[in-house]
Amino acid sequence: MNPRRKKRLAIVSSILIGLGAVAGLVLYALSQNIDLYYTPTEIVQGKKDTGMKPALGQRIRVGGMVVAGSVKRDANSLKVSFDLVDIGPKITVQYDGLLPDLFREGQGIVTNGVLVGATLLEASEVLAKHDENYMPKEIAESLGKDYKKKVEKKAAGE
Amino acid sequence: MFKWLHPYANPEVSYNFCGKLQPWLFRLSALFLTIGLVWALLYAPADYQQGDSFRIFYIHVPAAILAMGIYFAMAIAALSSLVWQLKLADASAAAMAPIGAVFTAIALITGAAWGKPMWGTWWIWDARLTSELILLFLYLGVIALHNAFEDKNLAGKAAGILSLVGVINLPIIHYSVEWWNTLHQGATVSKLGAPSMSAVMYWPFLMCLLGFSFLIAALVCLRFRTEVLARNSMRPWVRTLAANALELEQPMSCNSHGKHSQNQGAK
Amino acid sequence: MQFNSFAEFLNMGGYAFYVWLSYGVSAALIVYLLFASVRRNKTVLEQIAIRQKREQRLRQAAELNMQEQGINEPQINDEMIEAAVKQSTQISK
Repeated sequence: MNPRRKKRLAIVSSILIGLGAVAGLVLYALSQNIDLYYTPTEIVQGKKDTGMKPALGQRIRVGGMVVAGSVKRDANSLKVSFDLVDIGPKITVQYDGLLPDLFREGQGIVTNGVLVGATLLEASEVLAKHDENYMPKEIAESLGKDYKKKVEKKAAGE
Repeated sequence: MFKWLHPYANPEVSYNFCGKLQPWLFRLSALFLTIGLVWALLYAPADYQQGDSFRIFYIHVPAAILAMGIYFAMAIAALSSLVWQLKLADASAAAMAPIGAVFTAIALITGAAWGKPMWGTWWIWDARLTSELILLFLYLGVIALHNAFEDKNLAGKAAGILSLVGVINLPIIHYSVEWWNTLHQGATVSKLGAPSMSAVMYWPFLMCLLGFSFLIAALVCLRFRTEVLARNSMRPWVRTLAANALELEQPMSCNSHGKHSQNQGAK
Repeated sequence: MQFNSFAEFLNMGGYAFYVWLSYGVSAALIVYLLFASVRRNKTVLEQIAIRQKREQRLRQAAELNMQEQGINEPQINDEMIEAAVKQSTQISK
């Protein structure tokens, strides 16, 4: 093979490999999102369509809203525990690490972790989800608390 | 129907037309970007939840919208080059790819810098972020294909096919936040109906979007002209142009040489 | 104006690092793209001109050669010159 063809072959195959890797990553990402994503209700009652429940010790991703008044911080460390809820029963999440700035009571969050009890999650990552609405403080205040609650419910994926 | 367009299929005519347009586009972009960015950084109010980190919005969102827009334009150019064999369309597609790649990179990097403080992570394999990363890879693939062949027609064909295949990614990016459970929130401005933000925040965004659009148009003009020159290097008008350009530079060749090496040192 | 002092502006409500990282990287990338585009335009023009000069020199040399050898029939035609030029120079991508 002459060098020019070799170069061309190398380029074309590297592009193909790149696209293959990309497709693999997408499938991986989506499968993780679809199969391992649970809401607190689904952890207790099983997925609506398949009835699948996560097993103890399984790594899962949970999305829900932080229950107001449930956040307990350890005074000496970064340890924190809080309850997560969507429409039904709630679960408890334990986490040792820095929380994102948007983490607050009533906020929609997504967490990764291992299920250690029937309704207890040992989280390794806590991510805050926010909505597509932006507004200055004054307007948010004048809209009142009802609006804020509605917005946060939407952010939690309701 | 398209007869009035025919003169622009002449490389010399479109080269000169873009040359006339280019300085005005640069001026307009400087004007709108100055207004938009000063407004965004100094006068736009902070978000009620995100505070001042919200100001990243004014770079992130225009860059993301325009990265997709450039891709769409590039795909249309690729289509007309493949179907109607317009060589100029090829040149414009080759001109757009690097610009689109840079704006996609900006959208990804600013997104990461925004995600870290707000979400709590630089990166997550969420459908929106992953499909945006694929957009960057598509751009890089198109650039690589344009450079992979000495025969510019063949290169244009290969790159054109890839860009057309990649169009499928555009609706995926846009609807990813609706189709999948993503950490990334839904669309604020690129949707039907009123934007989900107050007017005091929306106006500076519009200024920035306009500024970046003009900047991209100016850059496309500049790169398109370069591509036209490289593809028509044997034409008499290009040769006259090149000879004149060299003569202009010759008297101060020492100076320009010094500058050049300085630039390389800085890099 | 949202900020009371320049220091407050720089601080960006505590998000200085992230905000200025975003704006800085974006500016750097755009400026790089701008300079790279201008430089490429110049290089392409220069290369076309240099190639043209080389072509002229080759043509002159060929004519001189013909005169010295007393050949009236041109043995070197335009195509051969072009091929020689193509071999010696290439427009870089």
